[in-house]
Amino acid sequence: MKRFLAALAILMFAMGAAHAVNPDEVLDDPALERRARDISAELRCLVCQNQSIDDSDAELARDLRVIVRERLVEGDTDEEVMDFVVARYGEFVLLKPRLSARNMLLWGTPLIGLALGLTAIFFLFRMRRGAAPASGLTAEEQEKLSRILSDTEDGSR
Amino acid sequence: MIVELGHYALVLALMLAVLQTVIPFVGVKTGNARQIAMAPNIAFAVFAALAFAFTVLTWAYVSSDFSLLNVVENSHSQKPLLFKITGVWGNHEGSMLLWVLILALFGAMVALFGSNLPPSLRAMVISVQGLIAMAFTGFILFTSNPFARLSPAPLEGNDLNPILQDVGLAIHPPLLYLGYVGFSISFSFAIAALIEGRIDAAWARWVRPWTLAAWIFLTAGIAMGSYWAYYELGWGGWWFWDPVENASFMPWLAGTALLHSALVMEKREALKVWTILLAILAFSLSLLGTFLVRSGVLTSVHAFASDPTRGVVILAILVFFIGGALFLFALRSSSLGNGGMFHPISREGGLLLNNLVLTTATATVFVGTLYPLLVEAVTGEKISVGAPYFDATFVPLMIPLLLAVPFGPLLAWKRGDLFGAAQRLYVFAGIALLAGLATVYFATGAPVLAAVGIAIGFWLLFGAFAEVWQKSGLPKAGMTKAIYRLRGLPRSVWGTAFAHAGLGVITLGIVSVTAFQEEMVLRMAPGDTTELAGYAVTYEGAQSRRGPNYTEDVATFQVSQDSDPVATITPAKRLYTARGMPTTEAGIHTTGFSQIYIALGDPVEGTDQIVVRLWWKPQVTLIWFGPVLMVIGGLFSLSDRRLRIGAPVPSAKRRQTLAAAE
Repeated sequence: MKRFLAALAILMFAMGAAHAVNPDEVLDDPALERRARDISAELRCLVCQNQSIDDSDAELARDLRVIVRERLVEGDTDEEVMDFVVARYGEFVLLKPRLSARNMLLWGTPLIGLALGLTAIFFLFRMRRGAAPASGLTAEEQEKLSRILSDTEDGSR
Repeated sequence: MIVELGHYALVLALMLAVLQTVIPFVGVKTGNARQIAMAPNIAFAVFAALAFAFTVLTWAYVSSDFSLLNVVENSHSQKPLLFKITGVWGNHEGSMLLWVLILALFGAMVALFGSNLPPSLRAMVISVQGLIAMAFTGFILFTSNPFARLSPAPLEGNDLNPILQDVGLAIHPPLLYLGYVGFSISFSFAIAALIEGRIDAAWARWVRPWTLAAWIFLTAGIAMGSYWAYYELGWGGWWFWDPVENASFMPWLAGTALLHSALVMEKREALKVWTILLAILAFSLSLLGTFLVRSGVLTSVHAFASDPTRGVVILAILVFFIGGALFLFALRSSSLGNGGMFHPISREGGLLLNNLVLTTATATVFVGTLYPLLVEAVTGEKISVGAPYFDATFVPLMIPLLLAVPFGPLLAWKRGDLFGAAQRLYVFAGIALLAGLATVYFATGAPVLAAVGIAIGFWLLFGAFAEVWQKSGLPKAGMTKAIYRLRGLPRSVWGTAFAHAGLGVITLGIVSVTAFQEEMVLRMAPGDTTELAGYAVTYEGAQSRRGPNYTEDVATFQVSQDSDPVATITPAKRLYTARGMPTTEAGIHTTGFSQIYIALGDPVEGTDQIVVRLWWKPQVTLIWFGPVLMVIGGLFSLSDRRLRIGAPVPSAKRRQTLAAAE
């Protein structure tokens, strides 16, 4: 059933195959078009299920693609385009949420996970070392050992 | 009448599942041998009852019995037979029935093949399986009954969602469920071990083949689903980090970690507690996946709230099993004790690194998938977490692990020699680097990252066979001697080699298609030719056709290279008449490992032009060929002698030889 819901959403909203950029939208400047595509891949199609506007055929996605291209043609930087779109549609439109207090846990998870894991492993090894018999012998063992050693020495003589 | 029998069988299955839970458990607790001995037979009976119910539902689909609500909603008399059958699990009720059927199948298999288990452990495992079967059979009967009748019965059904009428989808859900539900066995073993308070290397050896089997199915299922999405959804993507995909990916990651930690436990009795926890987590994530997909919580929180019965019940089941298991774990895990000691640089240490990265990756996917729900629940704000987030977090996490993989099998248990392993690997590292550089040289303007990626891919691919190469004694030993030695290798060594090589192959495919893919979007009229990656693609025109339950416009493209014809590609746009739904059928031509992928857009009004999307996807099939290698590796490992023979406790001497052979 994987992709089923997404597929359903496409069908419901797009009523047609999922088709992204249309030929009439494409900018003449390939470098600018490349930037437009990269930005589009990070913007959510607001009426779709987990689709970027670059992948979606929905009317709203098309409008957003055109807006992105208009801003780029007017000379905005990538950041300015993003800010413009976010100001209009809210952070919901970003497929990669910004680094903010609210999203700390989201962005922190990989680091926290690694840190916790490494700490646990560190303590595991330290505990083991503590639990392992100390390398030095106790007085009793030392005595026993020297007795055995002297025995063998006696025997070899 | 037959439908009522099916319904009855489902009720019977629920009753039997209650017995399956209670009788073996009481038997073990009171030491009643007769009750313990009953466990396998009840497990068989539950499976038989569910198999009957499932057969009846399938029969209703095949014979288009439109007095059943479920059949009306998801079938059509004109639908091809294959899709009538696969339609059984193309909907909520039917797929849940398949889910419990597979659960009961695994329970019956433990009963069948578990004769070498201690009877009390087997009974306890069967009892836990019974509890899961009880919960989900009850869920089906009370909230999602597939045998509900409809009166008066309509003459025709609504047809199955056309996008699901595909061979890929015929195989994908059963494979996925065999994987998901397969992890229930390791879960039940973990719970049984916690209840009995005893766990040892033999336990790990019993659990491992089940985990491995589930992992094989899940690997195949995910790869299958990925390829299905690639050709059926029509925009040439192969992984979308969609929540539904993540739902199947998380158990896979946790299951992969479990496979590796169970190895440590089996060989060295170390990481016991951790292995138990992973076994619980792998199945918990499977349950979570079922909840996410089945409750509708992902589509929108509102959809979930407007019809919360199903979602709430699954959530309750989820909380019961995960919460209960973790509670039991907290209570009992300390009694399990620690195992053998090892140095950080050792085979165990390598497997621990694998576990560290895979669990962190699982956590990342988990948080990324659920964060929007969490934020909305807490603050009411809506945010999106999509592919760019996962690309930015998951990929950097995996790179160190991928680099470390070839070292693992070359390190000795207890205390390894990293320098020695490096010495044995430098040839392979050299080959990988050369391959990366060659890529930069041939693909002018290749991004540096792509070269690094390709190098990592080859490093994994060749490094995977370093252990086999070393054991063969080549090139010093002669060919005959080497072949003799290779034949004597434990199959698990080959399993590891193939599975790790598969990882390399996937990496190569992903990097290649990401970095070197070519894409074109243009309008074409009949007779127009365009250039794509050195091929000339000519649009010849379109014509209409009729299928069994759809009409379609098929376009014909001639592909040629240096004016030699190469292939004819025929993408289509279909309209499924019963639902009035359009779909796109991509046209694909495979050459070597690469593909030319054509999808049709809309016709341009007032002209004979049509919008055409063409892709050149270099080495794209490696993405699915890699999982095939992994599955082969898994099968090798599954057929290893020590798993086939069962799980006798090896004598100290034999254990030493085994460890030496590894």
